[in-house]
Amino acid sequence: MSKLVIASIGPASSVQDGGRPGAQRYGLVPSGAMDRLALAAANTLAGNEPFTAAVEVGPFGARFTARGGAVRVALAGAPRNADIAGRAVASDTSATLADGETLTLGFARGGSFSYLAVEGGIAGEPMFGSLAVNARAGLGSPYPRPLQAGDELQTKVASGAPERRIELPAATDAPIRVVWGPQDDEFADETKNLLLDSEWKISATSDRMGYRLEGPVLRHLHGHNIVSDGTVNGSLQVPGNGQPIVLMRDRGTSGGYPKIAAVISADFGRFAQIPAGRAFRFRAVSMAEAQAEARKFAELLRTLPERLRAIESVDLNIDALHDANVAGHAVSAVDAGTWHAVSLADISGPD
Amino acid sequence: MAATLPPPRLLPSGDSAITVEFSRNIDDAANRRVLALDRAMAAEPVTGVTETVPTYRSLLVHYDPVLIDFDKLGEKILTLAQRPVPATTKTRRWRIPVVYGGEHGIDLEDVAKTLNTTPDEIVARHVAGDYRVAMIGFTPGWSYLSGLTDSLHMPRRQNPRLLTPAGTISIGGVQTGVQCLAGPSGWHLLGQTAVRTYQLHRDPIFLLEPGDNVTFTAVDAKTFAEQDRAAEAGEFIAEQIAS
Repeated sequence: MSKLVIASIGPASSVQDGGRPGAQRYGLVPSGAMDRLALAAANTLAGNEPFTAAVEVGPFGARFTARGGAVRVALAGAPRNADIAGRAVASDTSATLADGETLTLGFARGGSFSYLAVEGGIAGEPMFGSLAVNARAGLGSPYPRPLQAGDELQTKVASGAPERRIELPAATDAPIRVVWGPQDDEFADETKNLLLDSEWKISATSDRMGYRLEGPVLRHLHGHNIVSDGTVNGSLQVPGNGQPIVLMRDRGTSGGYPKIAAVISADFGRFAQIPAGRAFRFRAVSMAEAQAEARKFAELLRTLPERLRAIESVDLNIDALHDANVAGHAVSAVDAGTWHAVSLADISGPD
Repeated sequence: MAATLPPPRLLPSGDSAITVEFSRNIDDAANRRVLALDRAMAAEPVTGVTETVPTYRSLLVHYDPVLIDFDKLGEKILTLAQRPVPATTKTRRWRIPVVYGGEHGIDLEDVAKTLNTTPDEIVARHVAGDYRVAMIGFTPGWSYLSGLTDSLHMPRRQNPRLLTPAGTISIGGVQTGVQCLAGPSGWHLLGQTAVRTYQLHRDPIFLLEPGDNVTFTAVDAKTFAEQDRAAEAGEFIAEQIAS
C-alpha cells in the first residue's frame, strides 16, 4: 500500500463518490459528489470505475504527499494551478507522484470543486455501499468529516501505466435549466417570469447542503409554509424572505418551504460549480427536454473511456499549456475565502 | 371502494422524481394512502424506480429517467394508487421511554402555562396518545408522528432553536416527534428519550419505519441515564409490543 498524506487543505473538502441512495425514507440523504461528471472523468483517467471515491477539493488550495510508494492521481473539475514537485499538471490528465513527492493545488478558478482521483481508489469502510462524507449523519470513510491536514488516504501503489488526458465537452455558461414544480402553483406567473428574467448570484454563505441565491424577491401567493414533503437535488425552495435556496447533495430529505422548480439533473454539476458572486440565469424547459438531456448526460458518462487520449499523442500547444497551468491567473483570496456554512435552521428543519 | 378514491396529483420534482400528492394538509386518510402506495410500489417494483420517500401527504418517487419517463411512470403510479387502502395493516408497535421536563424538556412548564394546565397534565396527555410514524425526514431518524391529541396542538416557537439535543421529544402544530441527532428545531421540547432511531454499527441502523405505531411511557431521570448508557452500547431501549 502507499498513501496520500494531506499536508494542507481548505475547508469544504471531503471524500465523495456516487453517494448512498436508498435510505431517504429514513431521513438519510445520499450525499455524493457535487459534480458527478468531473468525478467520473477523474476516475476514468485514474483507471477506476466512474463513481469510485475521490477527494472533492473545495475552492481553496491543497497539498498531498505520496508516502510508502508512488501514487497515480488524476484531476478534473474546476480549473486550478497544479504541480508535482514543480512540474505543472494540467486539469483532465493523470500524473504520478513518486514516493515523497508533493502535489500542490492552487485556488479554483472559475469553478468551485475539483476531484482528485487516485488509481485503485481510496481505502475505506463503506456504509450503505458508499464512502461519501455526510458529516451531519456521522458517515464517511476513512474520516466521517471534511478532510484536514494530517489525514492519510490509503491507496494502491501506482501501476506505472502511461499517463492520459481526457477530452471533455467544452465548458458553457448557458443558462441553468429548470423544470417547474412541485409547488410552482404557490407563485404567480409574474413571479415565475421574474425567476427566469433575472440575473442571480450564489451567495458566499453556501455549502454542500444548499446554495443561497441573491436576486429579486420571489413572493409567495399563500405564505411560505407548506406541510413538509420530499426534496430532490436541485430543488429551488423559497423561504419566507423570498430568496431561493437551491438544495444540494447534503440537503435535508424533506422540507417545509414551497419549491418553485428544480435544476435539471444534467445541469446540476455545472450549477454546483458556479462560483459565489458570478451572475447566471435560469431557463425553464419541458419535462421531455429535461429527460432527453438526462439521457444524453448518462450517455456522456457511459462513453467517457472513449474520450481518453495518451499524453504522448498530444500536440504541444504552448498557449493551451499556459492557459491551463501557468502563471498569470491571479485568484482573489478574498473571493475564495468567503465560503461559509449555511445555518441549517435557515434551510429547512422540523416544521 | 376503489372507484371512489380521488386520484393523487402527479407533480414533477426535477427530472428524476415525481411527487405523488394526496393532500396539501396533514391528513390521516391521505397518509394512509401514501403508506399504502409505498407498500404497493415495494411489492410490485417498477423498472427505473430507485427509491420512495413517504411523507405526511405525498410519496416522493425517485427514478432514473434513462429507464422510464415521467408519463409512463405516472400512469403506473396512478394505477397502483387506485388499489383499495387496507383498513388495517399489520404494523410494528413500539413503546418509547421518555424523561419529561426539567433539563430534558425545557419547554414543559411553558407549554403547561400556555395551555392553562399543569406539567403533569401535559405529560399525562402525551403518554395517553397512540401515534403513528407518518414520515421520517430532514435528518436521519427524525420521526414525525401523527395522532397528537387536539388538547396539545399549539403553534411552533417564534424563534427556532439552532441546536436541540439528540433524543428530544417535542410537539409542534398538530404533530409530535422523536428527534435522533442534535439539530435545529422550532418545536416545544417536552422531554428526552435514550432511544436511538438512528445508530451506526447497530442492526438495524434505523429503528422506526414509516407506518409503525408508537406509544410513550414516562421514566425518571435515573432510568433515562441508565438507558442512555445501554443505548450507546447498541441496545434498542424501545420495546416492541404486540399489535
